Amino acid sequence: MPLTIPEINLIPLLPAIIPALTAMVVMLADVLLPGKNKSWLAVVALAGLAIAALQTFSLYGTDATAFNESITTGPLAVGVCLVVLMAAFITVLLSIDYLNARNLDSGEYLALLLGATSGMLLMALANDLIVIFLGLELFSLPLYVLCAFWRTNNLSLEAGIKYFLLGSFSSAFFLYGIALIYGATASTNLSAIATTANAATNPLFIMGVALLLVGFGFKVGLVPFQWWMPDVYEGAPTPITGFMSVATKAAAFAALFRTFLVAIPPGTLDWQFVMALLAVVTMTVGNIAALTQTNIKRMLAYSSIAHAGYILIALVAGGEAGAEAALFYLAAYAVMNLAAFGAVLALGHGERERLTMSELAGAAQVKPWAAAALAISLLSLSGFPPFAGFVAKFFVFGTAVNSGYTWLAVVGALNSLVSVYYYLGPVIRMYMSPPAEDWKQEAVSRIPAALAFAVIVAVVLTVGMGFFPGGVIQFAQAAGR
Amino acid sequence: MSLPILSLLIGLPFVAAVIMALLPRGNPSLLKGWALAAVALEFLLSLYLLFNLDHDTSAMQFVENYAWIPQFGISYTVGVDGLSFWLVLLTTFLMLIAIPASFSEINERLKEYFIYFFILEAAMLGVFMALDVFLFYVFWEFSLIPMALIIGIWGHERRIYAAIKFVLFTMSGSLLMLVAILALYFVTGARTFNLLELQKMVTPASIQPWLFAAFALAFAIKVPMFPLHTWLPDAHVQAPTAGSIILAGVLLKLGAYGFIRYNLTLFPEASREFAPVLIVLAIIGIIYGAMVAAIQKDLKSLVAYSSVSHMGFIILGIFVFSQQAMSGAVLQMVNHGLSTGALFLIVGWLYQRRHSRLIADFGGLQKVIPTLSFFFLLVMFSSMGLPGLNGFIGEFLILLGAWETNPAYTVLAALGVILAAIYLLWAYQRVMHGPVTNDANKKLPDLNRREFILALALAAFIVLLGFFPNIVLDPMQASITELLNQTTVAGLLK
Repeated sequence: MPLTIPEINLIPLLPAIIPALTAMVVMLADVLLPGKNKSWLAVVALAGLAIAALQTFSLYGTDATAFNESITTGPLAVGVCLVVLMAAFITVLLSIDYLNARNLDSGEYLALLLGATSGMLLMALANDLIVIFLGLELFSLPLYVLCAFWRTNNLSLEAGIKYFLLGSFSSAFFLYGIALIYGATASTNLSAIATTANAATNPLFIMGVALLLVGFGFKVGLVPFQWWMPDVYEGAPTPITGFMSVATKAAAFAALFRTFLVAIPPGTLDWQFVMALLAVVTMTVGNIAALTQTNIKRMLAYSSIAHAGYILIALVAGGEAGAEAALFYLAAYAVMNLAAFGAVLALGHGERERLTMSELAGAAQVKPWAAAALAISLLSLSGFPPFAGFVAKFFVFGTAVNSGYTWLAVVGALNSLVSVYYYLGPVIRMYMSPPAEDWKQEAVSRIPAALAFAVIVAVVLTVGMGFFPGGVIQFAQAAGR
Repeated sequence: MSLPILSLLIGLPFVAAVIMALLPRGNPSLLKGWALAAVALEFLLSLYLLFNLDHDTSAMQFVENYAWIPQFGISYTVGVDGLSFWLVLLTTFLMLIAIPASFSEINERLKEYFIYFFILEAAMLGVFMALDVFLFYVFWEFSLIPMALIIGIWGHERRIYAAIKFVLFTMSGSLLMLVAILALYFVTGARTFNLLELQKMVTPASIQPWLFAAFALAFAIKVPMFPLHTWLPDAHVQAPTAGSIILAGVLLKLGAYGFIRYNLTLFPEASREFAPVLIVLAIIGIIYGAMVAAIQKDLKSLVAYSSVSHMGFIILGIFVFSQQAMSGAVLQMVNHGLSTGALFLIVGWLYQRRHSRLIADFGGLQKVIPTLSFFFLLVMFSSMGLPGLNGFIGEFLILLGAWETNPAYTVLAALGVILAAIYLLWAYQRVMHGPVTNDANKKLPDLNRREFILALALAAFIVLLGFFPNIVLDPMQASITELLNQTTVAGLLK
């Protein structure tokens, strides 16, 4: 077989290339330009991300493929790219003062963050298992480092090591899965796999798909592959935790959806039931474990597991509607979770973070705006209308009912009830308990401008997507087609 | 285009909340003044409905319809008929009572307090006006948050427990309702959330009982019906006075209204089928609530349990499917709002004077605070259904309508009327009659001018509706006839 060189068309890949280039610019500028305070590098990073977002938006609707169909700019891919870019943008804003307060080097940090973003975008655009794997590794490696970025903090180091060891392990599973699927179908391209006759009855293929699921499950945090999440989320620098929880999830879910909805033709392999079980277990374990948490980062980690379960419902429901619902959910989850992490940062002061429930007591009277932001994001996460989280759940449960999985919607609804209890915990502490004595110092401190701006943007989007979901839905509806 | 009165009514409290947020924190009288002005304005605005409502039609009036999420057939559709506009008026009126009633009780975090009440008012009005199931659900859920905050921040000793319990109980019902709403959209093939469109659809008989049950659970928790009532005494006892007034006066009506507007019209066959179950639970609630009320040591929980009993009458009136009983049920919703609101108000005043709600701490107050005692007695008479006062007509109509369906219902429910007289009069006797045994009670001040005006306003309506119940009953007749028509076999075949 002669080797044909595919036509080189870089345009569909630009969303991933621009952040990578920005990362290099940031790195070089960090080394070459003088000065002690490198906060301005963040402006470079933000500009790069904004350009990437504009470029991505221009790809919307093109539905092009490149590199022998290993890259696609379908609406789901473009939508997830935008979610990831938005998450990265907000994360940069959240990080500036976080890094300054801890004397951490912003050049390295931003370069790594942009590198991870680039990997996630590659993964979202991928239509080939090898490209998915490339993306996976490209974002995982910087994230391992970012988790351990607060070098003098033991928890951060622990998070980095833990994530690295378990993450490498899961990557190996993923790679093994690709090998088996290649063995069964002689291809790694998702569209080509779909056309391979009788693949679904081949045990090699089924094994391969199962191993892929392990790899995806690890990244998005499905039970029983979720063990790393609480420790890593707790230890990692707070902006990175926020970024990981939403952007990793978005990118990995995009690839997961594409793998299951494109590579496996409907009706050939009955994976829906297994996936439904995974969804139930993931939601339930995540929510129940979150009930007993006293550290808000750990609580959000477990709740992040539960949200992966809700999104999985959309996959089970399948089809266009499922993809639409999942995209909306990912976007909503991104804004509300980042709003929550941002608000947690805003409630802190200097190096001090207020993470335990008792430290949050009375926050509404000392820092009313930060407390309101946290309250709104938590209420949205628990699915209260009129916030984004409610519409997202409505959407996901709706697709489940429509595809005959009403029982799954009921389980999801009951799970939401459980989640209301722990999401309300911090709200109750902040609003109904008297302020703790140690608030005095924070009371006079102002919330840094970049941080405040990021939180406001995230909260406005959380409320806006709740009140006027129409525009995003329209975008998402195109994504399903 | 006519005046978008309903949107104005929903929007005004939000605007009031924003203005409240901008006022300076340090000037309590300014905050109070604006709060009072806002609710007064809202009440006056709602009177527009009273004077412009067409009594002869069952159709929705003042309807506004704007596309909201057109991709899913979700619209912002609001409207009222002869039935629901009374609940709108009740809401705006009780807010006008509740806001000034908190002026001396609430001194901390006033701004937040008023803001939550405004948001609550908008949400409650939205529930009564919504003609889109999605919109209804949004308002329904959204009314939870401000109420939970009001209980949790300004409540009494166990306020946080009560607030959490309130939220979790309500949510457990409403989340299943959410799934049922989705099923309504997809399974019936309606592909719209517009209530009036959905009512024209026939829900398949196979799923009707399930959907009925999911809606009924959400509403039964809110009403609350036995055995789902256990959140209510906690919430009521712990809430500040104004919170209790609104909770009993309006929030409980959301549940009863939901039964009428959603269960009966969307699932008529299932409503007929399940009616006996609901009636039996209602009657158990009537008797159980009354008996438990009788043994309470705490005045506020006595009133709370009496609500369980009274709300039982309303559910009974709804599910016997008769014109009289249904009219009585709606009238009783208004009556209960007035009299129970007034009872909580007066108990609140006693608590403010004495810092106790225990019946045993009082005694002989009639001599010390005669004006307060007079209003207390009047309101109790109204609550127990004394002829000439508002409660009588409502209960009488319900019992009359129930007799047609099954005389046993009437006989059993009438027990509740008797028990009400027992627990209320016995409580009055222990609080107000006899010698003043406790020295702390000797110097209690009687009603001040603000309190007197509030009591007088409530008493005026209690007497007015006692003599002229047709004020309330007339406008709703057309709507109720149509409603019952929809639930009969003839209606089903249309």
